[in-house]
Amino acid sequence: MKIAIIDYGAGNTQSVLFALERLGHTGFVTHDREKITSAEKIILPGVGEAASAMKKMREFQLDQLIPVLKQPVLGICLGMQLLCNATEEGNTNALGIFDTSIQKFPQNIGIKVPQMGWNTIYDLKSELFEGIQPNEYMYLVHSYYSPVCKEAISVTHYGFEYASALQKDNFYGVQFHPEKSGKYGQQILHNFLKL
Amino acid sequence: MLTKRIIPCLDIKNGQTVKGINFLDVKEVGNPLELAEKYAASGADELVFLDISATEERRKTLFPLVKEIAKSIAIPFTVGGGIASVEDVNLLLRCGADKVSVNSSLVNKPDLINELAAAFGSQCIVAAIDAMQVDGMWKVHLSGGKIPTEIDLFDWAKEVEQRGAGEILFTSMNHDGVKNGFANEALLQLSKTVNIPIIASGGAGKMAHFEEVFTLGKADAALAASVFHYGEIGIPELKSYLKNQSIPIRI
Repeated sequence: MKIAIIDYGAGNTQSVLFALERLGHTGFVTHDREKITSAEKIILPGVGEAASAMKKMREFQLDQLIPVLKQPVLGICLGMQLLCNATEEGNTNALGIFDTSIQKFPQNIGIKVPQMGWNTIYDLKSELFEGIQPNEYMYLVHSYYSPVCKEAISVTHYGFEYASALQKDNFYGVQFHPEKSGKYGQQILHNFLKL
Repeated sequence: MLTKRIIPCLDIKNGQTVKGINFLDVKEVGNPLELAEKYAASGADELVFLDISATEERRKTLFPLVKEIAKSIAIPFTVGGGIASVEDVNLLLRCGADKVSVNSSLVNKPDLINELAAAFGSQCIVAAIDAMQVDGMWKVHLSGGKIPTEIDLFDWAKEVEQRGAGEILFTSMNHDGVKNGFANEALLQLSKTVNIPIIASGGAGKMAHFEEVFTLGKADAALAASVFHYGEIGIPELKSYLKNQSIPIRI
């Protein structure tokens, strides 16, 4: 299977590549439009800062390409946030696939920012979560979040409820890191590759 | 609910795991890759690797080791030891590290925190702080605890947060290796001083110490080495003990 991992600068692509290897697949890291278009599955990984990530996307003209892709696309962490309308991080307009805007966790409600560690996902509503029980733990590291919205396919509680995964048509986004969430995270990646 | 993290720490020297007492008396305790796999399988929430080799040895042994570990385990891990530049971090992340822990270099060049946070995001920058309480004052120490400074622990913690560190790994040198409990008072004060997560290190000897570090010390994560390496505390037993004490824990 041809699995493209989109390279937009600082994204942590290596751990996604290794997670795919553990599932018996080989991914390739690229920002080449042709290679992305011809892949069967596309992963938009995420570690980094939103404004500089979007700048890179525009430089590689990926901001035009990604929204018209027809194959399954999975955004992880910042990758999920970049698939939304906009983000407060660097006041950045994003790719506008999910109809939600990313906000910063408030500092004054007794939660630490970033959220860092293992938290549960529930209200699971997608084939992405086949074999995953509600309240399974996933690993999260983030300072920004999407509010619960109509495209939410999982919810997590950190001070309040927010959308920890989103789906619209062939686009999937997860705020947690499936590549770092043990065997259940691997299961979610496996489910994505089966789509 | 976000759970408290249990983090085994592997001190690495020339590709082997070692652990000292009060920062001295280093002896080997095993193959780091085997230990990493064992800890990941037994429910560790994260792993930390601190390389204490000399610079030249580190180049030869650390990067291949990080790559091997990243290939085999599916939980997050942090690598630290001798990191002094954006390029050092870039190389480690390319090998598959999720976070880096930076210590002395940040004190010597505080702007490095801003540079690293801008380049890679705050979430992968762990500011490691070694401190010792002397006459009631917590003073930051450098180079594995060998060099004392006049810098106050709490002032420095505030500064690393403001400059963009995503997490603080605080080791109390008074408690490290002594197995008599964590520095809970200092940890509590730290968690009132900053709003980023705090990993407590130094002092774990029995399971109740972990409970105390979360209830009294308000730590977000507890790091330990020898109690895990020598099999004195098993991670599954520790986690079910903590869950029974109503600490939020991933089982």
